Amino acid sequence: MNETTLRDRLLASAIQEGDLRLLPLAAEKALAAEFGLSRRDVQIAAVESRILPARYQRSLGTVGWDGQLALLRATVGIVGLGGLGGWIVEGLARMGVGRLILIDGDRFAENNLNRQALCWESTLGLPKADAAAERVRQLNPAVEAITHVVWADAESLPRLLAGSQVIVDALDTLPTRFLLQRVAQSLGVPMVHGAIAGYIGQVMTIFPGDAGLFALYPEGKSPERGAEALWGNPAATPMMIAAWEIQEVVKILTGRGQPLRNRMLLMDAEQGAVETLRLGDS
Amino acid sequence: MRIHVRLFAGLNRYVTNKPSGIPFDAEIPEGATVEALIRHLGLPPDEVRIVFVNGRAQPLNFALADGDEVGIFPPIGGG
Repeated sequence: MNETTLRDRLLASAIQEGDLRLLPLAAEKALAAEFGLSRRDVQIAAVESRILPARYQRSLGTVGWDGQLALLRATVGIVGLGGLGGWIVEGLARMGVGRLILIDGDRFAENNLNRQALCWESTLGLPKADAAAERVRQLNPAVEAITHVVWADAESLPRLLAGSQVIVDALDTLPTRFLLQRVAQSLGVPMVHGAIAGYIGQVMTIFPGDAGLFALYPEGKSPERGAEALWGNPAATPMMIAAWEIQEVVKILTGRGQPLRNRMLLMDAEQGAVETLRLGDS
Repeated sequence: MRIHVRLFAGLNRYVTNKPSGIPFDAEIPEGATVEALIRHLGLPPDEVRIVFVNGRAQPLNFALADGDEVGIFPPIGGG
């Protein structure tokens, strides 16, 4: 690749808007084709030259130039692509997280239609991971989607998630979450935990060495399912908790804001109450 | 002593006329533990997984004090 030339072409393609130089989508596509580069490589080169792909214009205020670069260079593993995971994939793709590892062995069924972002009548029967990858391609082709249509287990997870800088828990059973926390800790990366049941949901970010889920369940075991077995999961609750999880991932990757570390956000949408509770010695 | 209790995600159904998430008072003996409070309220122990006292997670053997605010949650694992 001829770096100087790409930089020159980026500068020539940029549009000045106030103090900001923006790279329109058409120019991003044209430069990727011209130089035989991936869309992500073009976006990264643009941001390095302080030319912002126009799609990120409204993100800049909260993530900054270095934050956008960190997002584009990041790899995030998302385990579970149902009610939480579907929205999380969408949010992280829109923010421009460069590589998403998408893990779920399940396929869409009709009882997913009430809440799962990637479940449409047209995707019924399809593997959730494949639908997620297709959504990423539609939203932001700069994001590389690596799919694994497999069920999360102790044997596969460490291998599939290797290289992730953040792991996102979007699972739907409790015991698998303990496993995922152990995998994240063995890989030395933070895990963003989210869980939902009916009107309530919880979020926390667990760094290596934190008690995390074991602060909630000291014996490290739990029933297979919780209150969601009674209450089900309506449309709104997974959106709300997924949104918090997206923001936690972005905060970790950009180094901005305070992650919910040794704290758990607990939301009761029935009462309109959100509380942040302290865990451990924090 | 008087404890301010909130029950979440359906645990209120074990206690008469207490809506979800709305605080109510329970009268229990001085020095009683979280576990004793759960027995007093008649909650099935298997459905209680997370207990917060004054905004901090505490184990079942934690000794309560007059005026403590206790939030009790079932396990939640949906996604």
